[in-house]
Amino acid sequence: MTLADDVFGLLGVVCLAAAVLVVTSRHVIHAALWLVVCFGALAGCYLVLTAELVAWVQVLIYIGAVVVLMLFGAMLTRAPVGAVQELDSGNRPVAAVAGVATAGVLGTLVVAAFRGAYVDIHHTQIGDGKVIGTSLFRFFVLPFEVASVLLLAALVGAIVLTKREV
Amino acid sequence: MNAASILAATSGGADLGAFGRDPWWLILLKTVVIFLFLVLTTLLMIWAERRIVGRMQQRPGPNRVGPFGLAQGLADGVKLMLKEDLIPALVDKPLYILAPVVSAIPAFLSFAVIPVGPEVSIFGHKTPLQITDLPVAVLFILAMASIGVYGIVLAGWSSQSPYPLLGGLRSAAQVISYEVAMGLALAGVFIYAGSLSTSEIVSAQHSLWYALPLFPSFVMYLVSMVGETNRAPFDLPEAEGELVGGFHTEYASIKFAMFFLAEYINMTTVSALATTLFLGGWRAPWPLSLIDHNALNHGWWPVLWFLAKMFTLLFGFIWLRGTLPRLRYDQFMALGWKILIPASLVWILIVASFKQLTNLGYTRFQVLAYVGIPLALIVLVASFFLENKTVETAETEPPPDPPAAAGADRNSYPVPVLTGAPPVHDIEPNIEGVRGG
Repeated sequence: MTLADDVFGLLGVVCLAAAVLVVTSRHVIHAALWLVVCFGALAGCYLVLTAELVAWVQVLIYIGAVVVLMLFGAMLTRAPVGAVQELDSGNRPVAAVAGVATAGVLGTLVVAAFRGAYVDIHHTQIGDGKVIGTSLFRFFVLPFEVASVLLLAALVGAIVLTKREV
Repeated sequence: MNAASILAATSGGADLGAFGRDPWWLILLKTVVIFLFLVLTTLLMIWAERRIVGRMQQRPGPNRVGPFGLAQGLADGVKLMLKEDLIPALVDKPLYILAPVVSAIPAFLSFAVIPVGPEVSIFGHKTPLQITDLPVAVLFILAMASIGVYGIVLAGWSSQSPYPLLGGLRSAAQVISYEVAMGLALAGVFIYAGSLSTSEIVSAQHSLWYALPLFPSFVMYLVSMVGETNRAPFDLPEAEGELVGGFHTEYASIKFAMFFLAEYINMTTVSALATTLFLGGWRAPWPLSLIDHNALNHGWWPVLWFLAKMFTLLFGFIWLRGTLPRLRYDQFMALGWKILIPASLVWILIVASFKQLTNLGYTRFQVLAYVGIPLALIVLVASFFLENKTVETAETEPPPDPPAAAGADRNSYPVPVLTGAPPVHDIEPNIEGVRGG
């Protein structure tokens, strides 16, 4: 265990704990802020892995845009201070099963795909945009394009939902 | 597997060998100096702002404390510290206390990657005048700015009072929209320089400052940096004419002071970033760089050029505040989404094709011909159609009957129609006076 391993593990614990608090908190705004902690810890994990570009993009997009938008929505609806009982839906067991199953599928998938794909972090270029760009446009072009189509569909859907009369 | 091998195989990129070799005391020294510099700049800026705005409004401004009133900022700071630290009863206490801290800390952090000068020798150690640099330093600054907005949003929400909430909402919308515009403006620089590291970008500007070839990006950055820092004429989150004090209405004492510290440090940081990315960083301006074989670009001289450029931009902030009235909220959002963002997208396409053609080995003249002539044609055709369209609408569509239009618009709000005057909603709102010092 090196220092980097320890820090990585601790950040993982922080990330997991914050994620649990997101779904158990009864304050809407606090839940969103625990999500910020979760994303921040994840960005820290990326930093430990020397993926600086990914880490700062994570902060910029997820913390700086996505959660701010969620807060924005919550505030527009005058989210109350204090605990709200309606945040508990009574579907806890079902939700827990679904969550564990999803985590299992994703975990199995990642382990199966990347088992043995070790990167020697002492001999790689640290967090450069060049490496990401090269691998993104050489090996992951199709997923990249599919993701952009998905986002486009979401965009169109949002416009359709908000402008029903048109 | 493929991804891993490419990660391992690709090397090259930014050369940041000069960084990460400082002894601990040097890092500490640099950090303390930057910290003190930012705090002193804030004190100085508060004084300068009040004096300059005073002069612009033909009044003396604060001139009692110290010579020329220089100690006014300090006196205000001490006064704020000594005031009672009120916490209203209904606030969400942890967030209420956290908000000013979250707003101030990222403001300090982003200055760490700003290059203030070239390599110098401090106590026998050769070191660059910059705390650190990353291959993605500019992204780091953008990320810090996006964390800083949490301070304002949380302050607005946790205060649990209508005006701060409106201020917080405005600020969230504003900073997100202008961050997009700012990022797009900066993308032009990244493409042109081929790097995200601040020191690399400065050294790429040794012959030409990017403000010239990337002039549209520069202008868009200047506009969005004012929007991003919530300064007049874009200070809608704290518009005191409409929102009392906006997001900080419920704050007092040292917490209030921290919001102001954050605002002024953010101004300093975005000005320093503009200097670094567009104005050649610490490089001496053109005629001066010829003196004595570039002697003014070595040693400690560059700090002077850097500070001069940065304070010029900071003066611009004050000048704007003394000159322009606050925008209306919808005008402001329209400017961001309908003008700045589309314009920067088009401009990035132009810069990218320019860069790509240059990389393929075309000369600058050929590139200008290949990019410029089609572009000029497009603009010509577009302007032709647009002009026709405006003429057509002016000729064919008579202006709608004012009372009918007013009635259709405002079904729910019965507004008296003034005869002989434009409909009520066409009257420009009264511009409230510029904030006094």
